[in-house]
Amino acid sequence: MLRNSRSTFGWVTIVLHWMIAALILGLIALGFAMRRLSLDPALQFSLYQWHKSFGFTVLALAAFRAAWHVFDRKPEATAGLSPLERHASSTTHVVLIVLTLAVPLAGWAVASTSTLNIPSFYFDWFVIPHLPMAKSEAAETFWTSAHAILAYAMLALVLIHAMAALYHHVVRRDDVLARMLAKRPQLHGHIQKTNGDRLVAKRKYP
Amino acid sequence: MIRQNSKPSPASALALCVALSVAFSPSIAGANAPQLQDAAGNYGITGASRIHFTVAQVGGGGIVGDFGKFSGNFRIDGANIGRSSVEFTLYPESVETGESRVEDFLKSSAVFDSATYRTVTFRSTSIKQTGPDTAAVEGTLTARGKARKEQFSVKLTDWNNRQISFKIRGSIFRSPYGMDVGTPIYSNVVEFDMNIKGQKH
Repeated sequence: MLRNSRSTFGWVTIVLHWMIAALILGLIALGFAMRRLSLDPALQFSLYQWHKSFGFTVLALAAFRAAWHVFDRKPEATAGLSPLERHASSTTHVVLIVLTLAVPLAGWAVASTSTLNIPSFYFDWFVIPHLPMAKSEAAETFWTSAHAILAYAMLALVLIHAMAALYHHVVRRDDVLARMLAKRPQLHGHIQKTNGDRLVAKRKYP
Repeated sequence: MIRQNSKPSPASALALCVALSVAFSPSIAGANAPQLQDAAGNYGITGASRIHFTVAQVGGGGIVGDFGKFSGNFRIDGANIGRSSVEFTLYPESVETGESRVEDFLKSSAVFDSATYRTVTFRSTSIKQTGPDTAAVEGTLTARGKARKEQFSVKLTDWNNRQISFKIRGSIFRSPYGMDVGTPIYSNVVEFDMNIKGQKH
């Protein structure tokens, strides 16, 4: 099923989620390498161009992801989450989606304001025009910092998001991570009382 | 009557046409243009010369620059232009583009590797006159330790007893010299557009 259901994520959400996750982690590693490591200048130039092409790919996927998030139904929160957890997770998801748009947009601003005026030649296929922004060293420096800060903020949030997912999977043993792994949710799983009074949805796979 | 008198006769019209055609004939008008044979002599290339280049980029524009440091000599054989010769050296570390990061990149190992290869040289091997004031100069261009035959077109633009000026153009592929970094964003071809000024020895 492509679309989200009442209880779990559809393939569109799952594929977008993992593609964007893999791309942004790769892009952050690439961005760090091309800026911080002492590289051969020709290799560094190529890495910048790869970074831009993959970055534009993330921007397109993230725009689709954001639209999907707005227009497709959202599965109900996994049973057993407290109101605070529900609020924290939904806020984190929205901020993450906003950041997956904001980081590549800030990168596009870097390319657009740079006095180097290097065209963005998407995978050597077609030119993506610069944003209509004035070129100056000051603007390039500002957007370079904004791009990096937003990227590292996103990385921090991704880590928190991943830790939370692992916590749910390993400690709470609920469906929070499983349903983003395309495993069938526990439609027939049992809900049991644990030590406390909280209801916890337990995974149950065939 | 007046109208009739003002109308030119066929004979006078023909005479006017002949006079105009003689006055603006290319051969006669070009009599004062500098000719290569008249400029025979040995010359040193002066610092007033301009070594301008352009590398086009996708979407329009490109990298435009000059080399500030160069040297060279040439000899024009008045009796036989084909026996003329030129030798030219430029120093890539003097590249100027108006953007220091581009200049550093061009000097780096990615392009000229000016720390290892301090000069780019050109030695003519054959010169063919292609018109009264034009010639095609073929020679060996050596850059980054690689030598290759290249051709430039030369046009004599000014000349007096002591000084001479040429407009020189040439399209040089970067890849044979191991300098094709940045393609296809940047063209593989460097367009040279040079104003060479010589001082007679």
